[in-house]
Amino acid sequence: MTDVQAAVLAQGLTKKFGNFMAVDHLDLRIAKGEVVGFIGPNGAGKSTTIRMLCGLLRPTEGCAAVAGYDVARQPEAVRAHIGYMSQKFSLYADLTVGENLRFFSGLYRVPRREIEMRVRAAVAMAGLDGRDNALVSTLAGGWKQRLALGCAILHRPPVLFLDEPTSGVEPEARRKFWDLIHHLASEGVTILVSTHYMDEAEYCNRIALINSGKIVAIGSPGEMRQRDLGGTLYELECSALGAALVALRQVPGVIDASIFGDRLHVLLERTAAAADLSALLAGHGITTGPPQPIPPTLEDVFVQLVSKPRARAAA
Amino acid sequence: MNLRRIFAIAFKETLQVWRDPRSLAIALLMPLMQMALLGYGVSLDIKRVPLCIHDEENSQTSRELVQRFVASHWFAVAHTLGADRAVSDAMDRARCVGAVTIPVDFSRHLAMTGAASVQTIFDATDANSTNIAIGYAQGVIGQTTADFQADWAAARGLPTQKAGKVDLQTRVWFNEGLDSRNFIIPGVVAVILGLVGAQLTSLTISREWERGTMEQLVSTPVTALELMLGKLAPYFLIGLVDAAFCLSVTAFWFHVPFRGSLGTLMFTTALFTLVVLGIGYLVSVRVRSQLGASQIAVTLTLVPISLLSGYTFPIDQMPAPIRAVTLIVHARYYITILRSIFLKGSTLGELAVPILALALYAAIIMWLAASGFRKRLD
Repeated sequence: MTDVQAAVLAQGLTKKFGNFMAVDHLDLRIAKGEVVGFIGPNGAGKSTTIRMLCGLLRPTEGCAAVAGYDVARQPEAVRAHIGYMSQKFSLYADLTVGENLRFFSGLYRVPRREIEMRVRAAVAMAGLDGRDNALVSTLAGGWKQRLALGCAILHRPPVLFLDEPTSGVEPEARRKFWDLIHHLASEGVTILVSTHYMDEAEYCNRIALINSGKIVAIGSPGEMRQRDLGGTLYELECSALGAALVALRQVPGVIDASIFGDRLHVLLERTAAAADLSALLAGHGITTGPPQPIPPTLEDVFVQLVSKPRARAAA
Repeated sequence: MNLRRIFAIAFKETLQVWRDPRSLAIALLMPLMQMALLGYGVSLDIKRVPLCIHDEENSQTSRELVQRFVASHWFAVAHTLGADRAVSDAMDRARCVGAVTIPVDFSRHLAMTGAASVQTIFDATDANSTNIAIGYAQGVIGQTTADFQADWAAARGLPTQKAGKVDLQTRVWFNEGLDSRNFIIPGVVAVILGLVGAQLTSLTISREWERGTMEQLVSTPVTALELMLGKLAPYFLIGLVDAAFCLSVTAFWFHVPFRGSLGTLMFTTALFTLVVLGIGYLVSVRVRSQLGASQIAVTLTLVPISLLSGYTFPIDQMPAPIRAVTLIVHARYYITILRSIFLKGSTLGELAVPILALALYAAIIMWLAASGFRKRLD
C-alpha cells in the first residue's frame, strides 16, 4: 500500500453478502491519469467493487487505497478526493439544476469565490445553459447524467468513479459523455468507469473484465483483442441464423458460436477445417457464404472469457 | 464540524419542504386541526348532568328543593318521574345519569323533626364523573337543608347558629375556577408538538434512502453530525412556529391564564421541540422506508404522550412501575413546565428539575441519532 503512483490500488478486495461472494479477492492497480473500463455481466461485482473503493461498503477482506488514502481507515479523506456517480441517478429531482450544483459545492466546501465559476462551468458542460432554474425532474436522461457528472467534479477530485453512467442514455448523449470523460482524463483525472456497452470499452486506456467477483482479464483494448481464444475465429454469412447456431453447437471441433448482427461468429479448434462448416449446414438446409477467418473483436474476447468458467463448471 | 456544510443541508432541506405540499400540510395544518379537536373535545368538567326528579309530595317545600336543582348549572333537570321502574328505564336509555326521589312525607318530617331524607340514585358506569356529580348533588341538598333549618329555627325563635360549629373555608389556588380546561389545554399543546415534531423529522432520512439520493450524499465528506444539524434546523423553525401558534391559541382563544414570563416559555418550548425532533430523526436514521419510519414515530410518541405524560391521567395516581416508566416520557416534563408557567407563573429556577430532565433527554437523543447514522450502504 505504499505505491504512490497508483491512484487506485486494491489488494485481495473481497465482499461477501451472507454466503454470496460478490467480490472475490480482487486485485487492481490504476495509475494516475488512466481511464479504466470495468466490463462484465450484471451481478459480476462491478458496483460492489466501486462502492468499496468509495468507502460506501466495508470490505469483508482485503484492503484498498484511493488517492493515497486507505479506504477502511481514512474514509473521509477518500471521500474528499473522489467524485462518485452512482448507477441510479441520485441528484435531487425536486431541486433545480443550480440548486443541486450549489448544494454539492457547499458539501465539498468549494472556495466561495470559485463557486459561481464552477457552477457555470458545470452547467455549460452539461449543455444546460439557460436552464439553471429548471427542476431536475424535468430533464431528459442525457442531461441528467452530464449534470450528475458536473456535481461529482465540482471539487476537482483527482479520482472519479462512474458506475454505469451511460446506461439508458441515447447514443448521441453517450458520445458526448465520453468526450467529457476524455477531457477530464486529459487534465490528469483518474477515472474508473463501469459499462456494459462494448463500444465504450474501446474508449478506455485499459479494460478490466470482471466476472463472478474476479478480474478475469485486464489490458488495453488492443491487448485484449490479441488474446488467444484457443482457436481460430470465422465469420459466416448464412440464411437461418438461429437454426444454424443450434446445429453448429453440436458439431465436434466448434468451441463456440454466437450471433453478431446478421452473421455468425464461430470459434473453431485449430485442427478443424472451416470448409466443412458450409457443407454441414447445407445438410440442415441452411445456405451459407464461405467462412472467412477474422481477428476477434472485444466482444468475442469477452464472450469467450466469460463463458469459459461456466463451461468448465458445467463439465 | 463545518458550518458551510450545515448551512448547505439546511437550505436544501428548506427548499424540499417548501416544494413538498404534503410535508407542509403536516407541518402547518395538523396542529391547527388537533388544537381544535383536542382543545374542544377534552374536558374533565361535569356540567349539566341530566337528572330526573320524582317529586312524590309536590308541596311548596318539595318544589323549592326541585327549584334548587333546576337553578344549579351543574344539573339539567330532564324529567320528573313516576315509579321506580321509570327510574331504571330512564337510566337504561341514558336519558339521565341521576335520579332524585322526594318522598310523600318530606315536608311533614321536616316540619316535625327538622330533618328529612331524600333518595338519590346514580349511574356509576363512569365512576369518576358520577363521583363528581354526587358531590354536586350533596352540595345542592346541603345548602337547601341549611336554609330550611334556618327557617325552621327562626320560626321557633331558636338561635340559628349552633355553638362550636367548624366552618371549612376552602380556597383553591392557581386554577380558581377549578376549570379543567386550564389544566388540559397546556397538555394538548405538548401532545400536538410531540406528535407533529416527530412526524416531521421521521421522514427526512428515509426519504433520501427511498429516492436514492442518500448514495450520493454519503459519498461526500459530510459528517453525521453536520447532516443531523443541517436537517433539523428548518424543522426546528417549523416546530417553533407550530408551538407559537398552539400556545397563542391556548392563551388567547381558550383563555388559559398566562402568569409566567415569555422568555421562560420560549426557552423551555425550544428545548422540548429539540427533543421531539431528535426522536423523529433517530427513528429516521434507523428505518429506511418512509412508511415504516412514520408509523414507528407515531407509535413511539402517541401512546406514551397521551397516556403516560400526565396529560389526562395524573401520574401520582399510577402504580409504581408505571410511574417509573413515565420518567422516560419526554412530554411529562414539558407538561409540568407548561402548566406551571401558565397557571403558577413559575420561573426558570423553580422549573430546574424538569428543564434539566429535558436537556439531558435532548443530549442523549441527539447523541444516539448522530452516532446511529452510518455513512455506509451495508
